[in-house]
Amino acid sequence: MAYANAAFAALADPTRREVFERLASGGKSVGELAQGLPVSRPAVSQHLKVLKEAGLVTDEAQGTRRVYHIDPDGLGALRAWLDQFWALALEAFKAEAERQGEEGE
Amino acid sequence: MNRTIQPAPVRRSVDVKVSQKRAFEVFTGSIAAWWPRSHHIGATELKSITIEPREGGRWYETGEDGVETEWGKVLVWDPYGRLVLAWQITAEFKYDASLTTEVELQFTAIGERETHVDLEHRNLERFGDKAEQVRSQVGAPNGWTKVLEDYAGHTS
Repeated sequence: MAYANAAFAALADPTRREVFERLASGGKSVGELAQGLPVSRPAVSQHLKVLKEAGLVTDEAQGTRRVYHIDPDGLGALRAWLDQFWALALEAFKAEAERQGEEGE
Repeated sequence: MNRTIQPAPVRRSVDVKVSQKRAFEVFTGSIAAWWPRSHHIGATELKSITIEPREGGRWYETGEDGVETEWGKVLVWDPYGRLVLAWQITAEFKYDASLTTEVELQFTAIGERETHVDLEHRNLERFGDKAEQVRSQVGAPNGWTKVLEDYAGHTS
C-alpha cells in the first residue's frame, strides 16, 4: 500500500519528479531549478504549483526571490492521502450499512 | 530553519440511512465488510479486521496466512454514540506502538433510521515526529524519492 496518492500522481510526470529531486539537495528558486532542464521557467513554475498542491513542496520569499523546499515532513501529502482515504472508507461504510439494513445479517 | 507544522485534522462526515445503533454496529462489527480491501499492512491478503469491543481493545487485521497485524487500539468505547480509535500506523505503513494518532467517530441520530457520522483523524503532526528518518533519507538511494518513483512507475 502506498500513501499520498495525490503526491504520487504528482510525481508520475518525469519532469516534475526531476524538479522534486533537485530540491532534495536544498531549497532552490525557479531559475535555479530551470537550469539544465529541457523546459521553460513557466513550465517549471507550473510543475512547482502541482507539487505544492500535492503537499510535497513548500515555498517562501527570500528577499526578491521565492525559494522552494521539499515539505520537511511530507505531512501535507500524508494528510491529503488520509483525507481521500477516509472519504472513500466512509462512503463504503454507508453502502454496507444500508445494504445490511436494520436487521443485520 | 525551524518550522513546526501543525496540520489540521482530517474531518469527514456521512449520513447513513440506518439507526444510530446499527451504524455503530456495522462500523465496528462489520468493518471488514466495508473497509477498502487494498488498504492494509499485513504481508498477505486481508482476511478480516477486528475491533475488540471494549476500551483498551485491540484493532488489528488478520491475513490469509492467519498472521495478526496490529493497527492500533480502542481508546473510547461508548456505544452507540462515540468511538475513538488509536491509529498507530506510521507514514511508512508500519505499526508503531509509540505512535498514537486518534480517529474519533461520533454517531448522531437524526431520525429513527438515519444517522449522521462525523469522523476526525487528529494529531497528524505526530506522524512528523516519526518522519525524521524519512526526512534524512529523502535523497538517499532507498529514500523517499525512490519510494515515490516506484509508485509513479506503477501508475504511469
